[in-house]
Amino acid sequence: MTTTAIKPAADQTLRSVLAARVEDTRPGALSASLTFGWRALLKLKHDPQQVFDALMFPIMFTLMFTYLFGGALAGSTHEYLQFFLPGVFVFTVVMLTMYTGVGLNMDVSQGVFNRFRSLPIWRPAVLVGSLLGDAVRYTLAAAVVVGLGLALGFRPSGGVAGVVMSLVLVLVFAFSLSWVFTTLGLVVKSPAAVQGVSMPLLFPFVFASNLFVDPDTMPGWLQAVVDVNPFSLTVSAVRDLMDGTVPAGQIGWVLVACAAIVAVFAPLTMRLYGTKPSADAV
Amino acid sequence: MILAIEAHRLVKSFGETRAVDGVDLAVRPGAVYGFLGPNGAGKTTTIRMLATLVEPDSGTARVLGHDVVRDADAVRRRVSLTGQFASVDEDLTGGENLVLLARLHGYSRARTGARADELLDAFGLSDAGARQVKTYSGGMRRRLDIAASLVVTPELMFLDEPTTGLDPRSRNQVWEIIRALVTDGTTVLLTTQYLEEADQLADRIAVVDRGRVIAEGTSGQLKASLGSGALHVRLGEPDRRTEAERVLSDALGVAVHLEPDPATLSATVSDPERVARALTELSRAEVPVTEFALGQPSLDEVFLELTGRPVEEAEEEEDAA
Repeated sequence: MTTTAIKPAADQTLRSVLAARVEDTRPGALSASLTFGWRALLKLKHDPQQVFDALMFPIMFTLMFTYLFGGALAGSTHEYLQFFLPGVFVFTVVMLTMYTGVGLNMDVSQGVFNRFRSLPIWRPAVLVGSLLGDAVRYTLAAAVVVGLGLALGFRPSGGVAGVVMSLVLVLVFAFSLSWVFTTLGLVVKSPAAVQGVSMPLLFPFVFASNLFVDPDTMPGWLQAVVDVNPFSLTVSAVRDLMDGTVPAGQIGWVLVACAAIVAVFAPLTMRLYGTKPSADAV
Repeated sequence: MILAIEAHRLVKSFGETRAVDGVDLAVRPGAVYGFLGPNGAGKTTTIRMLATLVEPDSGTARVLGHDVVRDADAVRRRVSLTGQFASVDEDLTGGENLVLLARLHGYSRARTGARADELLDAFGLSDAGARQVKTYSGGMRRRLDIAASLVVTPELMFLDEPTTGLDPRSRNQVWEIIRALVTDGTTVLLTTQYLEEADQLADRIAVVDRGRVIAEGTSGQLKASLGSGALHVRLGEPDRRTEAERVLSDALGVAVHLEPDPATLSATVSDPERVARALTELSRAEVPVTEFALGQPSLDEVFLELTGRPVEEAEEEEDAA
């Protein structure tokens, strides 16, 4: 770059660029959402580290639980893997939903959020688009978990169809749950704080479920909690699907839970999105 | 004629702080309007209300004939805002940022790439277009930020302190861009902390303090109301400052201020003739002068004159509030 970057020769270019007034045709809701989805993929492309970070946890958990606790919990590591893998499949994706809130918070603190908000587009597009981009991340992570499971000896009787249906169900669940974290992402001050708040929020739900162990040995009151925990519902449905049955009732309850979460947190997120003063206020 | 901006009694509070306390504005189209004031004067909040990012608590504003609350979408389609902090995606490349915005503005897939290249070229960023924005210098970032606001040339552009924190060369580049914008018919509302910047670019200036407009006019009018310039005199012997103050104020016919530097005095003057005479008086009194300068009043001096208190005090008050 030289000192004449703008002046005087480039002055002409600048004028001609400014003169090019284009008919501003507003993109539709879908097209705007897909554009933001594309943005999420670009971020993934520039920083693939994100994916590895996200995968470390589930890989560690699968290996640790299978080989350390598997024998003790289910009699043999192979038996436990068969029980545990659908659970860790849900767990992996659910843990990733947290990063939706972190990412949104980052946009807010960077100020790019203001530019998006001042665009004449369908407002939820920014959020829906990043959720679409996240779906790609979720699918990648889920594929790694299933791949690892297969390598360790996990055999789903539901076959490819069962695994694919499980993935779809988990994506729907994750998409719904993400709205909780977009709400948090707009309320909490910094990206690190979002992570700090999300972890303790997620963990009780994750552990007070049938994800790691069969709830039969838990005290009655806890079993009651586990039974209505949306995580348990999802894990049970995924277990059945991978096992080759289609538990319509179970899936129905998962969808009800998803609808309830979206009904509360999507409007809340959009309200915050519309009114939130960003970092450079005053 | 439809005014570019028309605001009546705009008010916005954040908690206890009244950030904007009854701002009236009338900005004609096709010119640069300067919004001058110290940090915390309410410049950014005013701009954010006009750009539909924040709703006013009370008062009304019309931008290009559209109400900023009831008709926010129509306003958004016609204006763009470049904030104090670059609002571009640090993780993407410069080119990707522009393509993203071009798509969101409804450019066809085929035209987006060309538009992005065009803008990169015009803003001297062609070489950096494929690099992530987080590797950019401050000046490059600011230029990309402005380019991002011009994906569709707006009728009105809000520039919030566009040169704060830039080196002089980058600052000049941004000034060139603003001049080109106005020549092309865009109205620019510019906030700044620097009188020099407002003077260089703005056709009219509003001076803001504590959420109110305390003076308004062309740069010439403002300066005339303050006197044409500021005289700074530095003495060789600081202990003779009181004497110098008396000699100067007699000769100039205005109050002379004692600066924080114990050897320096300053005064706002309107007649350069009298300055020459005053300096002659000083040398006749054998008060040694090591340095003198007659320049445009600084924002500090404008402020002192208009509010009776220096800028730092105004900023401290804001912090305390």
